[in-house]
Amino acid sequence: MSHQSDNHTVPYKSYLWILAILIVLTIISVGVTYIELGNLTVFTAILLASVKSTLVLIYFMHLKFDNKLLQYLVAAIFILLGLVLFITFLDYNYR
Amino acid sequence: MSDRTNLSFREEKGNRKGIFAWILSTDHKRIGILYLYSIVAFFLTGVVLGILMKLELLAPGKTVMDPATYNAIFTLHGVIMIFLVVVPGLPAVFGNFLLPIMIGAKDVAFPKINLLSWWIYVFGAIIALSSLFMAGGPPDTGWTFYAPYAFKTNTNMLPAVLGAFILGFSSILTGINFIVTIHRMRAPGMTWFKMPLFPWTLYGTGWIQILATPIVGITLLMIVGERVLNIGFFDPALGGDPILYQHLFWIYSHPAVYIMILPAMGAISEIIPTFANKSIFGYKAIVLSTLAIAFVGYFVWGHHMFTSGMSGTALYTFSLLTFIVAIPSAIKVFNWVSTLHKASIQLEAPFFWAASFLFVFMIGGLSGIALGALTTNIHLHDTAFVVAHFHFIVFGGVGFAFMGAIHYWFPKIWGRMYNARLATTGWMIFFIGFCTLYLPMFFLGFSGMPRRYYDYVEEFHGPNVVSTIGSWVLALGLIIILYNLIRSATKGEVATKNPWGGRTLEWTVDSPPSLENFDEIPVVTRSPYDYRKNIDE
Amino acid sequence: MTTLAHIHRDDEASKLGMWLFIFTELLLFAGLFIVYGVYRYLNPVAFHLAAEELSVTVGMVNTIILLISSATIAMATTAVRKKNKQLTLLFLMATLFLAFMFMANKYFEWKGKFSHGIFPGSEDLQRLGHGDTLFFGLYFFMTGLHALHIIVGFVLITIVAVRVNNNTLTFENPVLLDNSGLYWHLVDLIWIFLFPLFYLIT
Repeated sequence: MSHQSDNHTVPYKSYLWILAILIVLTIISVGVTYIELGNLTVFTAILLASVKSTLVLIYFMHLKFDNKLLQYLVAAIFILLGLVLFITFLDYNYR
Repeated sequence: MSDRTNLSFREEKGNRKGIFAWILSTDHKRIGILYLYSIVAFFLTGVVLGILMKLELLAPGKTVMDPATYNAIFTLHGVIMIFLVVVPGLPAVFGNFLLPIMIGAKDVAFPKINLLSWWIYVFGAIIALSSLFMAGGPPDTGWTFYAPYAFKTNTNMLPAVLGAFILGFSSILTGINFIVTIHRMRAPGMTWFKMPLFPWTLYGTGWIQILATPIVGITLLMIVGERVLNIGFFDPALGGDPILYQHLFWIYSHPAVYIMILPAMGAISEIIPTFANKSIFGYKAIVLSTLAIAFVGYFVWGHHMFTSGMSGTALYTFSLLTFIVAIPSAIKVFNWVSTLHKASIQLEAPFFWAASFLFVFMIGGLSGIALGALTTNIHLHDTAFVVAHFHFIVFGGVGFAFMGAIHYWFPKIWGRMYNARLATTGWMIFFIGFCTLYLPMFFLGFSGMPRRYYDYVEEFHGPNVVSTIGSWVLALGLIIILYNLIRSATKGEVATKNPWGGRTLEWTVDSPPSLENFDEIPVVTRSPYDYRKNIDE
Repeated sequence: MTTLAHIHRDDEASKLGMWLFIFTELLLFAGLFIVYGVYRYLNPVAFHLAAEELSVTVGMVNTIILLISSATIAMATTAVRKKNKQLTLLFLMATLFLAFMFMANKYFEWKGKFSHGIFPGSEDLQRLGHGDTLFFGLYFFMTGLHALHIIVGFVLITIVAVRVNNNTLTFENPVLLDNSGLYWHLVDLIWIFLFPLFYLIT
């Protein structure tokens, strides 16, 4: 029945793998703060956070196993956020 | 009625008695009617406040109230009309009542959450209005709660702001409910492009409710933070930027205008083909323009802030985007007019409302172009011109569509007909009153009369008198309409299933519908506006 | 009749509803991220210095706690599908314990700041200047709102645990567990961004 919950069972092992990667990424993101990256500091931190959140969305939040609709919607929400930030900064950047 | 097999949803006996059978009902139709009664009550409150404001402006100087009272009254008028009437308006009343029936479902996806949203709405309204009765008096900031005045004023800001915050939840839950309902519960055979246009606009509205309301939620929480904790987010004395408040506020409040107008456009798109007895022109164009308005409407908020001191780049961008968002609205108007072309039109009250909607919406839209252009905006900003513009859109557009919708679906909701002649008379008086009330404001604004002032110089006297008289005519029209509808709800002639010859699914069920709407879920095979054959064939 | 008896269960609809709710939560925090972005842009030096006041170690420990708790509740959704009640409960209890640890950490962190006179509206903070006022204002507001979400999630997961224990939530109807899991991951997701913005970008 398509109306019942998806019975896709993710093995414990895959969750543990993702968790390990997330923790390593956290440690890396702390580690790189000791390296002088100049203007790239903010960029690196946001990039690592984005990678981590993508992993959480895809694996922990099951987007990989869900229907396509949710995948498109989540992508669209982040694009929307990006556009709103961009337009707001059209004011602050050029004031 | 003799051909009924089921009791109607109003007669169906539940296990609860009296008023509890209504206020604890999870039936989408009963919830829609609960919303209708609460919204009409708040609307009448707002109308009384509006008439008081016009009365004050009858003559220069103090007429009936002092400036502080005037400030409180225009704030309350705005808060009540925006947050309690127009934002929930069409989606909560007609969306709740009709969305499941129009897509061939028995209820919305989450009936309990639906009831919860009504309760949250009532709770939010009580909190917001409690400011009236507390020491300090109602807020005097205008419905926009602009910083930094919003956390400097000594009036009762907190209840109003928290009330608006709570009302946001109600709006979000309704939006979630409608989107899930449309995704999951369309009748077999009803593909996306076989869905009627009113549900389509509710779909667009639902997305704006979900994606824009949280932003105003957090902004209002920040105002609470400012007042209670003195954090300094928007206080220049502590390093904050008041213009950032305006950005955040309008990121919601501009899309909110589309929460209001999209379902109104949906209702008009239902009324026009029915009374033109003709398939709607450019169905797909209307659908796509609905989605385009919802999307582009999210990025035009800055046109409320042209004089705030934004950067030039931002000004040009927002002005350009504002012109772009006008295009899909215009597409809709062309489609409606083309539908009427060479049609044999039934001249009934709902059609009069729809036709006058086109008229006032066009005036509102064109004056919006004047305001969206940077140079004219500088001259017209914060004048009565703006007030006239948005009343033409929000009261003229949304209000007329609401009136049209209630006259159109009245037989379905109450199972009775109203007096057609009285309905037409009421419409005519209301329409004349509306134009007399708001058209002079364009001229006043153009000659420089600022908005939100309780006083004016002698040269503005004439148009203001005309405008105030207009408010009385409008009130008279409103009384006739209400009298007709209230009387007809119990005493009118019994209505048939399909008194207007509509083609959408709600006209295939009983008037009023039974508790579960359909005995059997229909299978949809043709487009919603197929006027070649009779609906029963 | 006031409720419809015939309503069939549609888990796919519940999940879509939950996701839509998660979108509203994301947008709620997005408003604050916009404010953060703007004020960081306007006060780069003050934000840089103020961020050094926060302990990276505490932030990192809390990040890892939340990440593990996210994994445990995700594994609970697997356990319930494998019809293993004991293990489901164990994972849920682990999640609750980690949530508690996070809050305890947060409590001591906030308490430390308060004792140094750093709290919204304090005079010490205003003496430090505009950038610091805004940084710590945002810090308390955003982590405070996040903590509120942790508490809500805690209550939700407790309800789920009780229902698993009563056998009213099993492999046949895991949707409440799935949705609480989604909510908990959202809380994690927001922290993943809060951590670098307040603790790391110095």
